[in-house]
Amino acid sequence: MDLQEFVAHFAEQFEETDASVFTPQTKYHELEEWSSLIGLSIIAMVDEEYDVAIKGNDVKSSVTIEDLFNIVKERA
Amino acid sequence: MEYNPTYNPFSLKGKTILVTGASSGIGRATAIECSKLGAIVIITGRNSERLQQTYDSLYGLGHLQIIADLNNLEDLTSLVNQVPILDGVVNNAGIAKTQPISFIKEEDLQKIFATNTFTPILLVKQLLRKKKINKNASLVFTSSVSAIKSDLGNSVYGASKAALQSYVRYCARELAPKSIRANSIHPGMVNTPLITGGAHSDDDLQTDAQKYPLGRYGRPEEIAWSIIYLLSDASAWITGHSLIIDGGISTLI
Ligand SMILES: NC(=O)c1ccc[n+]([C@@H]2O[C@H](COP(=O)([O-])OP(=O)(O)OC[C@H]3O[C@@H](n4cnc5c(N)ncnc54)[C@H](OP(=O)(O)O)[C@@H]3O)[C@@H](O)[C@H]2O)c1
Repeated sequence: MDLQEFVAHFAEQFEETDASVFTPQTKYHELEEWSSLIGLSIIAMVDEEYDVAIKGNDVKSSVTIEDLFNIVKERA
Repeated sequence: MEYNPTYNPFSLKGKTILVTGASSGIGRATAIECSKLGAIVIITGRNSERLQQTYDSLYGLGHLQIIADLNNLEDLTSLVNQVPILDGVVNNAGIAKTQPISFIKEEDLQKIFATNTFTPILLVKQLLRKKKINKNASLVFTSSVSAIKSDLGNSVYGASKAALQSYVRYCARELAPKSIRANSIHPGMVNTPLITGGAHSDDDLQTDAQKYPLGRYGRPEEIAWSIIYLLSDASAWITGHSLIIDGGISTLI
């Protein structure tokens, strides 16, 4: 599983925030555009792209994009 | 006139009631509360261990438990063949999956509609054809406030429950000549395994619960009591109705 690709998929869920903003270290809850709907989209994206079920609690407790990537990698 | 402590039009004494989705949550509470009010209950679900737990919690004698995956036509037919003549049916089994519009999977779309909409329709059809529904019986269907209002990421679930709500009105009209009633109930968020461990974090659920005018999510028994009202003779002139039970949340939107 590729971290850069995960970051790109993560970035695709945003409309306003430029793709260049996203790195593995991005603290996504702090992004201005972050919303609960984007959180739901991230869960659905992970389901679709990686066939992994993550939960609202995982999205809540992870801080950086890489944290979430590690959870997905573990369950893949 | 003296007060008669046995007078109770809300009682289910002498009624036989089928409850689907009785192995968990609202269905389990409904089965238990129905038995407390004197009904004989036929409970069904997929998970035998949890269905047994419900069975062990029932009051009184004569109850029956039947394992069935209602999305499987053979199971459904076998269930219908096994049940006695019914005075009430609680079509309650259901599933939910949160998916934003642009991520809806066809597979989930099929499964959610099959479980929440098609199965209750097919169950009622078979029960009628095999003459398992008594005159003056009451059919209750667990829809949701999601059928009426929108919540983020729940379009498929909401649509499946709205389709069910619409079916219930047709049911009410077509079955009225047989003196059979049909009503839907529309709960807001209720603390059951359906809502936990999903796409909403525990924190989000807690914050959401505080938005309810009554300050909290519902308890399964609080839904069961409304279902019981609709099953009982106290609601004898109510059919085709959609009863919202939601701590006031639908007044806000
Ligand atoms: N909780 C809420 O906030 C809420 C709000 C509005 C409406 N509702 C509705 O209320 C109903 C009950 O929900 P709940 O909260 O009590 O959920 P729950 O605790 O998850 O229980 C769902 C029940 O449905 C059964 N079921 C699901 N698919 C089935 C199938 N294919 N065949 C047979 N049984 C099946 C399950 O059986 P097994 O576990 O044995 O598989 C279980 O007994 C559902 O229709 C739901 O949509 C719930």
